[in-house]
Amino acid sequence: MIEHFLVGLALLLGLGGGYLIARSRLHGKRSERPQEVHQILLPFTGTEISRRAVDAALRLARAEGATLMPAYLAAVPKQLPLDCAISVEAAKAMPMLEAIEQRATGQGVAVDARIERGRSYRHALRRLLGDESFDRVVVSATATGAAGLSGDDLVWLLEKAPAEVLILRPGPSDESRVSATA
Amino acid sequence: MDRGHYKIFLGMAAGVGKTYRMLQEGRAEREAGRDVAIGYLEPHKREETSAQAEGLEVVPRRRVTYRDIEVEEMDLPGVLARAPELALIDELAHSNPPGLEHGKRYEDIADVLAAGVDVYSTVNVQHLESLNDRVAELTGVRVRETVPDSVLGSADEVVLIDLTPEALVERLRAGKIYPGENVAAALDNFFRVENLAALREVSLRQVAEDVESKRLTLHLDEPLGTREERVAAEVPKAVGERILALVRPQPSSQRLVRRAWRSAQRLGTGLDLLWVKPPGKPIEGKEERQVTALRRLASVLGATLLIEEHDDVVAATARVVRERGITYLMVGESLPLKGFGRLREPLPQRLMKATPAGVDVRIVAHRGDGGEGE
Repeated sequence: MIEHFLVGLALLLGLGGGYLIARSRLHGKRSERPQEVHQILLPFTGTEISRRAVDAALRLARAEGATLMPAYLAAVPKQLPLDCAISVEAAKAMPMLEAIEQRATGQGVAVDARIERGRSYRHALRRLLGDESFDRVVVSATATGAAGLSGDDLVWLLEKAPAEVLILRPGPSDESRVSATA
Repeated sequence: MDRGHYKIFLGMAAGVGKTYRMLQEGRAEREAGRDVAIGYLEPHKREETSAQAEGLEVVPRRRVTYRDIEVEEMDLPGVLARAPELALIDELAHSNPPGLEHGKRYEDIADVLAAGVDVYSTVNVQHLESLNDRVAELTGVRVRETVPDSVLGSADEVVLIDLTPEALVERLRAGKIYPGENVAAALDNFFRVENLAALREVSLRQVAEDVESKRLTLHLDEPLGTREERVAAEVPKAVGERILALVRPQPSSQRLVRRAWRSAQRLGTGLDLLWVKPPGKPIEGKEERQVTALRRLASVLGATLLIEEHDDVVAATARVVRERGITYLMVGESLPLKGFGRLREPLPQRLMKATPAGVDVRIVAHRGDGGEGE
C-alpha cells in the first residue's frame, strides 16, 4: 500500500515538475519574441524643459506603448576631447532626467534616458539620431534660442530626422516647466 | 647619496602667492643658516614677489635660442655645479625648449633632487594631468603644460596656498597679479569667482587625496608583522572610498548608475560599473544597444564599465570588490522571486557574505517597468 502511495507521489511530482519546466520554457520563448521598437526622443538642453513638451511626449508614449528617451544634449568645448567625461554637464543633466523619469513612471511609461555629447547641440542630436532609432522626436520650441536649439537646428531636424518630428510651441501664458526642483 | 627633500607649493590659480611663499620659506631657511639659492624664479613683475627674492643668491639663467628668439631658462648644469643645500625652482610644469637636458622642468628638478639638493617648487592645480580635462571643462581654459600626477605624489610635502576667490579677485583688481591693461580680460575669463571657487575645491580635494595616499604609503612601508602593518592592512578600507554599481544592460540600470554617480560625487571618489555577463552568451540586439548606452554613460561620467563573464554573480562581484578596493556596493532592487528561487537567499545578503567585512551594500529602489533582479 505504502509502495503504491510512494510511486503515485513520485509520478505526481514528476508530472508537476515536467509541467513547471514546460511552462517556464514556453514563458521564456514568449518573452524572446522580438518586440517592435517604439521610441520617442525628447531632446533638451539646460536645466528646465517645457512641461507641455514632456506631457505631450508622455501622452504619445503611453498611447503607443512606446519608450520615452529623454536626452540631455551637452556641448563639449572644442579644447576638450569629444569623448571626455563631462561631470559639470552631467551634474545638470542628472536631476532633470530624474524629474522626467519620475513623471513618466507615474504615468506608466518606460524610460530609457541618455546624455549625448557633441561639439554643438545639433551635433549631439545628430549623433543620437545616428545611433538610435526613433519613431518620433518631440522638441519644445521654448528650448530654442541662445541657450538651446536654434531655429536652424529645428529646420535641420525637420529635414534630416528619420522620424516624425513634433515641435511644440506653447502659448504665451504657458510657462510651466519641468525642472530639477519641480 | 640620499635624494633631496621635495616640497611643492600648490595653488588654484596664478596670483595666490605660491612663489611668494616659496621665497618666504627659502629666506627663513637661509636665516636658519642653510645654504639657499634660487635655481629659477619667475616673478611676473610682481613687486611683492621680487622683494622677497632680494638678498637670495640666484644661479644665473642660461640663454637659449628657440625659433630665432632668445629665451632665458634654468641652467640645470649651473644649479648642479652650485649644489646648494636648498634650491628654489619656480613653475615645475614649465616646458623647456628643445635642445636642453629635459623637455620639462619637473624632470630637471628630479636631477637636482637626485644630486641630494632639497627643492622647493610651485605649480597650479590645472597643470596636473588627471585634472586637466576637469579644469578645462570648469573654466573653458585648456592648459597645455601638464605634469603627471606622480610628480605631486613624489613630493615629500605639498603645501596648498589657499585664498578665497573674492580675495584673489581683489588682488587682481588691485593690479597685484597682472598689469592693469590685462585685468578686465582676466576678470571676464579665467578669474570669474565661480571658476575660482571650483578650482579651489579641486585644489583642496587634490591635497586631501595626496595626504591620504601618503598616509597609506607610510603605513604600508612599516615592517611586516608589526601592529602598524596590521593597521595598514585595514587602512584602505577605512579611508579609500570607492563605489561599485552592479548593473545590467537594461534601461532601469541607468537610474542606479545616476544614484551611484551622485554618491561618488559627494564622496569625491571613483565609480566602477560592473555587469556580470552569463558566459558564452553573445551580446546582440537590444542588449547590445543597452551595453553601448551604459558604456557611453560611463564615459560621460568618468566611470569605468567592467564586463566580467561569469556564471556566478556573487563570486564575480566579490572578486572585483577585492581587486579594486571597493568600499560601497550598490545594487538594484530585485524583483520578487518566483518558484524555487524563493528558497534562495536574496542577492544583497549573499553579496554581504561574500565581500570583505566593511563593504557596505546599498539597494537602490527601481522606479520603472521592472526587469531588474538578479
